[in-house]
Amino acid sequence: MVEFALPKNSKITGGKTWPKPAGATNTREFKIYRWNPDDGKNPRIDTYYVNTDDCGPMVLDGLIWIKNNIDPSLTFRRSCREGVCGSCAMNIDGQNTLACTMSMHDVKDGAVKVNPLPHQPVVKDLVPDLTNFYAQYASIEPWLKTSSPTPQKEWRQSHEDREKLDGLYECILCACCSTSCPSYWWNSERFLGPAALLQATRWVNDSRDEATGERLDNLEDPFRLYRCHTIMNCAKACPKGLNPSEAIAELKLKLVERQI
Amino acid sequence: MSYTESHGAPRASTSMRTPLGRVRNLGAAHSGTSDFWRQRLTGVAMTLLMIPGIVVVMMVLGRNQAGAAQVLGSPWVALILLLFIVASTWHMKIGMQVVLEDYVHNEKLKLAAIMANNFFSFAVALASIYAIFKLSSGV
Repeated sequence: MVEFALPKNSKITGGKTWPKPAGATNTREFKIYRWNPDDGKNPRIDTYYVNTDDCGPMVLDGLIWIKNNIDPSLTFRRSCREGVCGSCAMNIDGQNTLACTMSMHDVKDGAVKVNPLPHQPVVKDLVPDLTNFYAQYASIEPWLKTSSPTPQKEWRQSHEDREKLDGLYECILCACCSTSCPSYWWNSERFLGPAALLQATRWVNDSRDEATGERLDNLEDPFRLYRCHTIMNCAKACPKGLNPSEAIAELKLKLVERQI
Repeated sequence: MSYTESHGAPRASTSMRTPLGRVRNLGAAHSGTSDFWRQRLTGVAMTLLMIPGIVVVMMVLGRNQAGAAQVLGSPWVALILLLFIVASTWHMKIGMQVVLEDYVHNEKLKLAAIMANNFFSFAVALASIYAIFKLSSGV
């Protein structure tokens, strides 16, 4: 059966409260999940105080400030710091989002609570292991597949057909959606998850692609596709404002359409 | 680092299969669309049958056993009830199977549960249909 409780070695124990920065007048409390694979201990929640007068407004700015000024061992992924790369996806104040585009001032009450993306194996601290997530993306074969002779110039596409990719191509593969989906939590080995299915829709909808039927064949499965119950946590979580559940509904409609 | 050492979601397998091999696994079943469609079909059918169903219940209210049996055995009422039984038990069967597939991860237990779900749904449907026929034939 589905396990609702955390495994014994994943239960969170009391963490360390780091001292407030000396001389700071304005501080913000951060409560951050910490786990080190090398010390054999259970994960803990550490408390830090960020000097907001010396720090940018985003949660990522706070994390970088902590790493630079308090605790260099704090581990997290980040790169572009402008919501384009998807590296700093994490669970902030109970919501999966990007630390770089989430303002710490938008966390209304109390401490800024930061956890790794839910229900993924943790590599260290806020770094989840997304191996399965990336393999699922690879499995939908996200590239143009054609049989016709390659044209001398580009594969042409009308403006109307190009518009069918809007709301799909913008995905940055941050995994906020998939890791917010209960169906994905319970069946991530077999359910492809909202991110991979959104990308599958992007290629099914591409007018230049000649493998549409093949793509639908590979998706038509009680687990790969039909584990989606339109819970819509994905759409709520997406930091780019996309709607994977709508894309998945499009796939289901296409499968019904070719059958009836 | 192996999966078993990490925290969060435990992975059942520690095999050395590649991640893509694990995702592709046994391939797509090429099914599921029929159940998806039938679930919508029976859902819409039940929505349409809701008002006649309520009317039938109101017709039966306040009558004694013989009176109720007479109403339920009359052709139009029996037809509405038969349609409702077929739509609802079919819908129930599919819905229960979805729940089992979601939450039961032990393969043997899942097969047994889905089998039991099928038996239960068919038994409920047939028993209800038999009851309506019995009332209609006045036996």
